[in-house]
Amino acid sequence: MTALHVNALCKSFGGLRVTANVNLAVEPGERRLIIGPNGAGKTTLFNLITGEITPDSGSINLFGQDITHAPSRHRPHLGMARTYQIITLFGRDTILRNVSLALLGLSPLRWNPFINIDRRPELVDQAREALAHVGLEAIAERPLSQTSYGERRRVEIAMALAQKPKILLLDEPYAGLSIDERRDVQQLLRKIPRDVSIVMIEHNMDVALDFAEKISVLHFGEVIVEGTRAEVVNDPRTKEVYLGH
Amino acid sequence: MSLRSPRFAALAISILLLLTLPAWVGNPYYINIASQILFWAVVALALNVLVGYAGLVSLGHAGLFGMAGYTAGLLLQAGHGHLVADIAAIVATLLTSAIFAILSLRSTGIGFLMITLALGQILWGIAYRWASLTNGDNGVNITTRPEFLGINLANASAFYYATLVVFGLAVISMAVFVRSPFGASVRGTRDQARRMNALGYNVWLIRFMAFLISGFWTGVAGLLFVYYNQFISPQVMALQTSAEVLLMVISGGTGTLLGPVVGAAIVVIMKNVVSAYIERWNLVLGVIFVAIISFMPEGLVPGTARLWRYGWHRLTSRKPSAGDKPGDRAQ
Amino acid sequence: MNLWLTLAVNSIALGGLLFLLSAGFSLIFGLMRIPNLMHGSFFMLGAYFGVTFLDRGMNFWLAAIASGFAMALIGAMVERFFLKRLSGQELPQVLLTLGFSFIIADLCLLIWTGDPWQPTTPAHLRGAVQAAGMFFPIYRLVIVGVAVVIAIALWLMVDWTRLGAMIRAGVDDAPIARMVGIKVSQLFTLIFALGAALAAFGGVMGAPYLSVYPGLDAEMLPLALIVVILGGTGSLLGALVGSFLIGFLYNFGQALFPDLAYVILFLPMVLVLVLRPQGLFGKVVP
Repeated sequence: MTALHVNALCKSFGGLRVTANVNLAVEPGERRLIIGPNGAGKTTLFNLITGEITPDSGSINLFGQDITHAPSRHRPHLGMARTYQIITLFGRDTILRNVSLALLGLSPLRWNPFINIDRRPELVDQAREALAHVGLEAIAERPLSQTSYGERRRVEIAMALAQKPKILLLDEPYAGLSIDERRDVQQLLRKIPRDVSIVMIEHNMDVALDFAEKISVLHFGEVIVEGTRAEVVNDPRTKEVYLGH
Repeated sequence: MSLRSPRFAALAISILLLLTLPAWVGNPYYINIASQILFWAVVALALNVLVGYAGLVSLGHAGLFGMAGYTAGLLLQAGHGHLVADIAAIVATLLTSAIFAILSLRSTGIGFLMITLALGQILWGIAYRWASLTNGDNGVNITTRPEFLGINLANASAFYYATLVVFGLAVISMAVFVRSPFGASVRGTRDQARRMNALGYNVWLIRFMAFLISGFWTGVAGLLFVYYNQFISPQVMALQTSAEVLLMVISGGTGTLLGPVVGAAIVVIMKNVVSAYIERWNLVLGVIFVAIISFMPEGLVPGTARLWRYGWHRLTSRKPSAGDKPGDRAQ
Repeated sequence: MNLWLTLAVNSIALGGLLFLLSAGFSLIFGLMRIPNLMHGSFFMLGAYFGVTFLDRGMNFWLAAIASGFAMALIGAMVERFFLKRLSGQELPQVLLTLGFSFIIADLCLLIWTGDPWQPTTPAHLRGAVQAAGMFFPIYRLVIVGVAVVIAIALWLMVDWTRLGAMIRAGVDDAPIARMVGIKVSQLFTLIFALGAALAAFGGVMGAPYLSVYPGLDAEMLPLALIVVILGGTGSLLGALVGSFLIGFLYNFGQALFPDLAYVILFLPMVLVLVLRPQGLFGKVVP
């Protein structure tokens, strides 16, 4: 069964087509890269898939279930997690609390006004475990406001992974990182188990190439090339998009 | 909190002082002021759930407060018992809160503030203009206070203790709420609503529930108010009351547990002192508002707490102070 | 004159006054993104200024214009010395205007006492005109006339002048307006002063009709609020339509259902909030 099946998806903003008849089929465990220059409609596509905006037409299926009209807040419960390009974390809380909030989002405990959140092992221990995955366990108690940009990017990923998604959407996870930090994130992504499908957006082709098994090139809201890494890289249309730009 | 920490000591002393207050104050006039502080503190704590934790500033809480008072007052006047009147008052306030929430949560920020203000004005207008129901400007008198655990609440000390019990319950429930997963969810919607949605939370419903919690305690305080005065008139539902409660919350420091309580004490004491000497309470209220917003936006409690921590740290510079850990601060 | 016609004329007159009040409120809201909670105070204080000038024997129109200028000055000072310091922090700005509304209300009570002031209608505006066999009180018609003239003037200003272009740019998108070099900060002061002047002018116009008394501010503010929620923020057309709608609801509601008049007044606001949160003529802010 296809993990994520996007079918003939369209979206216009006031006459401007930002998503034009996009088809996308991501298999379970696949690593898919979506590239395209700035303004190609990559983030819009993600927002459509996560339901933050509703498409004009087309459909989205998650493991065979039609989620086109499901509210975006339901989608994490169906196994979809995402990170943001512009980091949207909880700046007043600790790293640990940021990750526990991600866990809590999927737990019925989130409505409980009586228990002490810091004394729930299922929240705290799992959050620490998720932080251990991204190498931040040692500074779990640190307030987010005292962390570096690279650390925050890893907190983003820890939060997404803590939700144990079946499909993970990464919005430019390397943006703004130093070379060292980028290497850390690359290693981290490589460690993610194969039962998680990953879709990554990146506008800089070089940094993400080795990650991808299949690549879709997005240009003016349209998928113009799709195929394996070699196919896409050697396709003249890819070169045109990137060089003729 | 360790038994030796200064916070524990301060808490223990406060509780002791509150419990023995009628004995060392003596004069019923001052005991009554203490009761006023306590029930206004309950409203301030209630409003703080929205203002401090949910990041939603309501200017309509005077309407909810009056809703409870009027419902109880009118039912008592119609000859119903205290229990019926009180339960009906709370139910009516919760229903009104739900309507308030449904309409005002169409928006956040300034829009929310404006809609709650308008809704509060509607309730004020009903109390003021629908004279055949509410007796208009003349207000509603109630003749008796209820009995509480078999104790007659007619005298100042008895009423004070009843108020203290309610206040205590409110503080405990707030303290539990703040540390609870739901409390964390509410704060999350304040800081990153979009992210909360993407993490699987129902942001609207969380805010709605927070509004109901706030409405519940506002209603409880409204009941205490009407029993305290044995009278209610439209005046208490005016925008000015909402503004006073908001002043309690912001002067004490939003989003802290102690802030609204201190704020309530400051505002009630100031109002009584100012009113005793001059008639210019509104002027003073306005000037304080302008001064706090212009010069001390963080509120009095966080500012003082910072100074206190600094001073404590100086005094006991060898051992690290508990109040210094950032995570220890009530958020 | 029959009851319905009287009500209709009163409604239109109140609508005119409400427009003078809410046009500025709407522009300030549209531009600065805050509801100015001291707008009712501008109206009341302006009216008190006006009755004082009239009491000293000043000509009615001169009194209204002088009061408008005085309030423009006060408005500009509040904006420059207080609101500007909090630039960009919407909530503190709103609360600041709330604080000022209490100060103004109490100062008015101190200076003009708690008794209502009702200046007599100026001699040349008294009486009624006869048309189609019915009598229309001149003063009510004058209020409407003045409101229409000011509406047209405002419309010309917003649609045809450079200042208007800056206002429109600011209402549509403040950051972009700032980028293209509009001095948003001076524009804010100007619009705040203009709104204050219009409200004060309306207050003086309304004084012979509504009289001036403590609490007038608290009665007018919610009216401005619902007019703008109804019409949409920053829209002059919305303010105009909303004002007359509320003028009619207020008068007819009070005549037909005196107990519930206040609730009826707010019902369209509730409907608009549920069905069209941006207001009848408002743009959706992304």
